[in-house]
Amino acid sequence: MTTEAATIGLTHGGSEDTGLGHRGPESKSIVVPYGFWLFVLSDMVLFSALFASYATLVHATDGGPTTNQLFDRNLVAVETIALLVSSFVCGLAMITAKRANMMWTQAWLLLTGLLGAVFLFIELYEFTKMVAEGAGPQRSAFLSAFFTLVGCHGAHVTAGLLWLGTMMAQIWAKGFQQHIIRRLLCFSIFWHALDIIWVAIFTIVYLIGTLP
Amino acid sequence: MFGKLSWDAIPFHDPIPFITSMVMLLAIAAVAFWVWRRGWWPYLWTEYITSTDHKRIGIMYIVMALVMLVRGFADAIMMRAQQSLAIGASQGFLPPEHYNQIFSAHGTIMIFFVAMPFVIGFMNFVVPLQLGVRDVAFPTMNNVSFWLSASGALLINLSLFIGEFARTGWLGFPPLSEKEFSPGVGVDYYLVALQISGVGTVLTAVNFVTTILKIRAPGMSYLRMPVFCWTALASNLIMLAAFPVLTVALAQLMLDRYLGFHFFTNDGGGNSMLYMNLIWIWGHPEVYILVLPAFGIYSEVAATFSGKPLFGYRSMVFATMVICIVSYCVWLHHFFTMGAGADINAVFGIASMIIGIPTGVKIYNWLFTMYGGRVRFTVPVHYLIGFMLTFVIGGLTGVLLAIPPVDFVVHNSLFLVAHFHQVIIGGVVFALMAGYTYWFPKAFGFTLDERLGKIIFWCWFIGFHLAFMPLYVLGFWGATRRLQHIPDPTWAPWLHVAFVGAAIIGLGIVLTVVQLLYSIRTRDQRRDVTGDPWDGRTLEWLTLSPPPHYNFAVLPDVHGEEAYWTRKQTAIKQDQLIEEPDYQPIEMPVNTPTGVIVAFFAAVCGFAIIWYIWWLAILGLIGAFAIFVWYAWRDENEHIIPVEEVRANARERRRIRMEHLHSLSQST
Repeated sequence: MTTEAATIGLTHGGSEDTGLGHRGPESKSIVVPYGFWLFVLSDMVLFSALFASYATLVHATDGGPTTNQLFDRNLVAVETIALLVSSFVCGLAMITAKRANMMWTQAWLLLTGLLGAVFLFIELYEFTKMVAEGAGPQRSAFLSAFFTLVGCHGAHVTAGLLWLGTMMAQIWAKGFQQHIIRRLLCFSIFWHALDIIWVAIFTIVYLIGTLP
Repeated sequence: MFGKLSWDAIPFHDPIPFITSMVMLLAIAAVAFWVWRRGWWPYLWTEYITSTDHKRIGIMYIVMALVMLVRGFADAIMMRAQQSLAIGASQGFLPPEHYNQIFSAHGTIMIFFVAMPFVIGFMNFVVPLQLGVRDVAFPTMNNVSFWLSASGALLINLSLFIGEFARTGWLGFPPLSEKEFSPGVGVDYYLVALQISGVGTVLTAVNFVTTILKIRAPGMSYLRMPVFCWTALASNLIMLAAFPVLTVALAQLMLDRYLGFHFFTNDGGGNSMLYMNLIWIWGHPEVYILVLPAFGIYSEVAATFSGKPLFGYRSMVFATMVICIVSYCVWLHHFFTMGAGADINAVFGIASMIIGIPTGVKIYNWLFTMYGGRVRFTVPVHYLIGFMLTFVIGGLTGVLLAIPPVDFVVHNSLFLVAHFHQVIIGGVVFALMAGYTYWFPKAFGFTLDERLGKIIFWCWFIGFHLAFMPLYVLGFWGATRRLQHIPDPTWAPWLHVAFVGAAIIGLGIVLTVVQLLYSIRTRDQRRDVTGDPWDGRTLEWLTLSPPPHYNFAVLPDVHGEEAYWTRKQTAIKQDQLIEEPDYQPIEMPVNTPTGVIVAFFAAVCGFAIIWYIWWLAILGLIGAFAIFVWYAWRDENEHIIPVEEVRANARERRRIRMEHLHSLSQST
């Protein structure tokens, strides 16, 4: 294309100022994570509805136990550390995956999963303890909302672990192909997003709930 | 072993559902057999069922919507018949428990399985073509979305034959929908079917927002996108943010019903108003999910058939995005009577009225587009004018309802029923019928019969007004909605008129089928040879009808707001097409049965949950997961269309275009 043609607007060699979108369709490496971000956003909306329900029902204890009687900050602190470190390790796995280092990628991913499992294990321990004390989700609206909010996050972590295991197997079997790296990127977005939600749960449910 | 499922679930002793479901089963079997005899199953399998082509998926959505329209209308005519019969001493032909299922099914089907798939079908078919690209961002996911919606529709229909449907109205308000008061499987059918199709809808939203924001032809900047694409963007943004809330509300109700939680129960501290809030935070934006693309269709129709660019394009875009945002700020007007207090009611009442402003802007834009234009009175233009007349009245009754004190008087009455049917039929359904006529030739290469089309329009237009204007009157007189029996005989004449109106709409629906069959028979008289039957302005008319799988041999280079119109006028002026480009082989996504198999497992899992067959539910989940892993393991994503084929098709198109151009140049 000639400069002359470009200046009179006959071509699109970056010359015609059309704002965003003058380049034509974006590549897959942009489109796939973008779409996944949108999905994560819609997941955030889902959690926001759960948070709203929790906030509405938190005092509807129906004469049953209240937040202060149930939550143990120390246990939740350990849980939180496990999940946050898991996210950090997931970041390390992404770096090694970009360098196509099979052994370290698998090792970091395994550690990511193990820390996630530790988190889940503590959560399940907390849940079973509460149910055993007669503070199960059927006890009151507050506990229904609590188990649904925290349990939905736990279900996301479980799904993440399932995804992680599948990804590890796939990387092992197929190597670092481009579309697999993209998928791994989506997984890491998902895993970090669960952290963000957990921070909100930690604050709104456990920290505020254990204020004297 | 089979949970709650037993032979009692089949309605052997209820003639209406039993005969209906037998007829439906026979019809399905007959169609399947006929397709098999013709040897079309392989074609259907490769070209539609497993297709990742956005155009084919769009057509499947619309076929599903039309089929479900018949089902939803059958419910409607039964309700109108019951209300015009069961007056005074007479009890009509529908017992209360059956009548309650019918109005619940009618609302659920019409919104979720007629309006939604119809709108999504158009977005599928039109948006990539208008953006000048070859497919949506995630073609396989698109197929999965469709089949998930289809399994939701399947479960709804299954409830007719196995078990029962909800008797709680189309939004299943607790505490009536709680286990204590609705112990049967009806509400579970409702919940599970909507959850499954809801997943499909969220995936659609992800897909289309990504497509519109990231996949456009070179030069197609935001403010060059056709208005339909803008409205589709707004609609999908709302879907993305609203449907998760519906998922939460329905999931909480499921937890209440299945596991004894206390979200919305009367005891245990539950709060049923929480459900109202959540469901309407989804429910009000849902109205705009449907009506914004409808506005987009009207915009395309107005510009094309007036032979003028759309008046006030930028104000149209602005109005669309304002509605997109304000649609989230009005949900509480659905329950002013909750008792939230005067301040809150006032805020939501004013917010509701504010939406009238951008909508008014749109109405004026369409009027000014037609003003001074050479308006061709085709079928879509009939719908456009009918819409403006009908919708403005519907909007005004909406403003009435937005005034809290007035709402206290007429809420839950037939006045409300008349209002929302007026905006949904007058706004959405008219647009869908207009779009169906407008884009049909693009999809199949021939136009629909014009004369029958106009008769169908008049059936809808007259039928609608006869059916719903009396309801305004009755609403003012205090007739509540959903009455199985009418106590006051003085209401009879109005209800009889309403029945006649519904029957006329029914005639319109029958004629739609007739029109389709007749148009297929006589298609050779109305072939769309050029790909541009209406003298269009947007890029979908650039390619042939029906378009090749890849839509465009070379992605069009966009200059100016009306991409195709500019290009066409330049070509006519210069009496030549643009220089032949350098054709390249094209990569297109391969077909995949993933969608249909996942949806099969989802339907199995859903059915199992409804009937408490837990082993089957787990099996369904495992199956769905397995098919995803199998899909993730594939090596081949795309197949290449060789350059020779692309070139040959493109040259053929250029030859046709050249002839067309000469005839146009000579006529001007």
